[in-house]
Amino acid sequence: MDITAQQNLVHQTRDARRAIDFPKLSPAERDALIKKYHPDHRGHAYRPIKFGPNAGDSTVKEVATLLEGDSSIPADFNLTPEYSVDVLVVGGGGAGCAAALHAHAAGSNVLLATKLRLGDSNSVMAQGGMQIAVGPDDSPVQHFLDTLKGGHMKNDHDLLKVMVEEGPSIGQWLLELGVLFDRQSDGNLHVKKGGGSSKARLLTCSDYTGLEIMRVLKDEVLNQKVPLLEFGAVVELLSDGKGTCTGAVLQDLDNKRHVVVAAKSVILATGGIGRLHIQGFPTSNHYGATGDALVLAYRMGVPLVQIDTFQYHPSGGVYPEQLVGALVTEGIRSEGGHLVNAKGDRFVNELDTRDVVSSSIIKECEEGRGVRTAAGRSGVWLDTPLLDVAHGPGTLDKHFPAMVRQYERYQVDIRKDPVLIYPTLHYQNGGVKIDVTGETPAPNLFVAGEASGGLHGRNRLMGNSLLDLMVFGKRAGQTAAERAKSLPQGALTLDHVAKFREEAKRHHVSSGLNSPMVLPAYTRQV
Amino acid sequence: MGSDSNTPQQFTEQASEIQAQMVTVEIEGKPFQVPAGVTLMKAMWYAGKEVLRGAGCLGGFCGACATYYRTKDDPKVKTCLACSMAVEDGMSFSFMPAFPARKAIYDLTELKDPKQDLFELYPEAPLCRNCNACTEACPQKIDVREGVWKAVFGDFKAVSDMFMDCVMCGMCAPVCIADIAPNLVAVYASRAQGVHFTEKPKGLATRIKKIADGDYQEDWDRILQLSDEELQNTTASIT
Repeated sequence: MDITAQQNLVHQTRDARRAIDFPKLSPAERDALIKKYHPDHRGHAYRPIKFGPNAGDSTVKEVATLLEGDSSIPADFNLTPEYSVDVLVVGGGGAGCAAALHAHAAGSNVLLATKLRLGDSNSVMAQGGMQIAVGPDDSPVQHFLDTLKGGHMKNDHDLLKVMVEEGPSIGQWLLELGVLFDRQSDGNLHVKKGGGSSKARLLTCSDYTGLEIMRVLKDEVLNQKVPLLEFGAVVELLSDGKGTCTGAVLQDLDNKRHVVVAAKSVILATGGIGRLHIQGFPTSNHYGATGDALVLAYRMGVPLVQIDTFQYHPSGGVYPEQLVGALVTEGIRSEGGHLVNAKGDRFVNELDTRDVVSSSIIKECEEGRGVRTAAGRSGVWLDTPLLDVAHGPGTLDKHFPAMVRQYERYQVDIRKDPVLIYPTLHYQNGGVKIDVTGETPAPNLFVAGEASGGLHGRNRLMGNSLLDLMVFGKRAGQTAAERAKSLPQGALTLDHVAKFREEAKRHHVSSGLNSPMVLPAYTRQV
Repeated sequence: MGSDSNTPQQFTEQASEIQAQMVTVEIEGKPFQVPAGVTLMKAMWYAGKEVLRGAGCLGGFCGACATYYRTKDDPKVKTCLACSMAVEDGMSFSFMPAFPARKAIYDLTELKDPKQDLFELYPEAPLCRNCNACTEACPQKIDVREGVWKAVFGDFKAVSDMFMDCVMCGMCAPVCIADIAPNLVAVYASRAQGVHFTEKPKGLATRIKKIADGDYQEDWDRILQLSDEELQNTTASIT
């Protein structure tokens, strides 16, 4: 059957589906579904890490191999610094920009290095919004409880409390920088309800929330003249030989030259792992999402937390082929869009948490109720035309201009026809262990944003990442800046790398693989 | 993928074997055979090219892959984002190099009259000669020329609405005969709109004050002393 014929079924069943209220699953039902269908529970994709701070812990093979990889920096490397700064921020997405701006505002001498351009990140793609408890019927405590429930009760309470309590002041900061959040007619912030949330709590800028925030933050980084090194990838950290971080070795990707940076503090804000394509999944992530902070912090002896759990966003593109893995905004489901299988039936409450919705989509496809494309992929329908039917013509144009455009480029009109989706690798739920200031157990090494772990438990709630970035970017930036005022620059050594190499040898690990990966190897060998 | 099971889905970021048909495209003036229907970005990888400058979010939001292209026998050179456009036979394309447009430096909170200050910061903005090349160059289909005039006439609200789609690819700048960088003018106008001409949300201020005043302390004390099991029961009751 061709795609058009199958689409007709979605049109035909729309009215009948609208009459049904699909209940959310009970905690026991959720657990059973996830255990059976979520990719986090596919044992064959996992193995124990052989050595280092998480020795024996299980993670996906792709991550384990990178963690055990060798540094590209030789032991006798010349560590004469080219830069000497108070705070080195690595990463040019939301967390990196927030950290750099706050450290700079606190009087620090900052260098912001990023392996692509300033702003090229996942943050810029965030469409669904940013969770901040601003509604009169909402509270930070409610935000805390929703997030905890979404994270299967495994969230770090201290990190989570900090995030939800500082949310409103972060909203204030962004407004003061000129971010144009959607408003109600009375001037208050408009809030939408996100998957897994009990209250409407998503602040949005139509479906360009991340883009709007990043346009503003990038502009401000340039206005503040924060020194930048674009196309500057971090390839190793430096330590004083006693476990304290003292700087980093960068590589200028334009000319391959190494750049040694002495820094009183280093803030890693390098994002997640989508481009490792774990378990063969396509990804919604940006080009540089190769888990660099995980590798570098691990080599410094810093433990990772919940590094066995990843988020597969329910709505990755399946058709047309050019959009495979690309994110289709969750906002469609927030506004009442149905998920529909090949039989024309709904099969899940669309506003359940991402892990539940993804697991249920995988279940439909594995049990033969998925829709097959000519290219051999399968997925389920996301009934986009329903929004115009339910809320009036023009709803999609007004609230989802980015998505209308995303499909228009391939001659698909989402106002007329539903789109096919399947889960896409989206987010690293765990990451580097941090405290409430963003500092890792290695003194003066901070990690902010997706690279850090603990806050989201085993499943991140929609809209919590943008807030995470801003809160912990700010805290790391301010703490590092404050500390720099009285902290002398420590010695620059590669002792931790030497120690790591000895351990690798003791465990007979000699894959010959250098990590971090920096960029995925997509270029065909011709 | 022969079976009904599709976990994990077959994935390749290079060319897909599933697309047997090949087409000929010119990349930077040189012909390559690439699979039909892949994005321009994937065509680059398939052709064996290392991509550093030019790849960013790969999702159509960051503007890193601003590209000039032309389809077969059409003299018109158009613009697109290479991550979000499919190849077709006979197409020619090249990435846009980084363009050295001037960005004005400003402190938004210090501005006294942002609508007048525009002419200090971007004195070229009112020199638009209405050629409309910027609008034609915009891969996001923004009416860029109109936006520049809206900024000049002080309708910053309209500018912010019109440019919400702007991915800052900068393709409007090189074509401007008056040396305006419309995207940068728009960011300025849009931020000024937010900082100076938008109502402060009262609900947000109230919430911040309540948190500072410790109004939620009682709730926190109650929640944080619960055992794991009690906490689980509490969250389970949330609908």
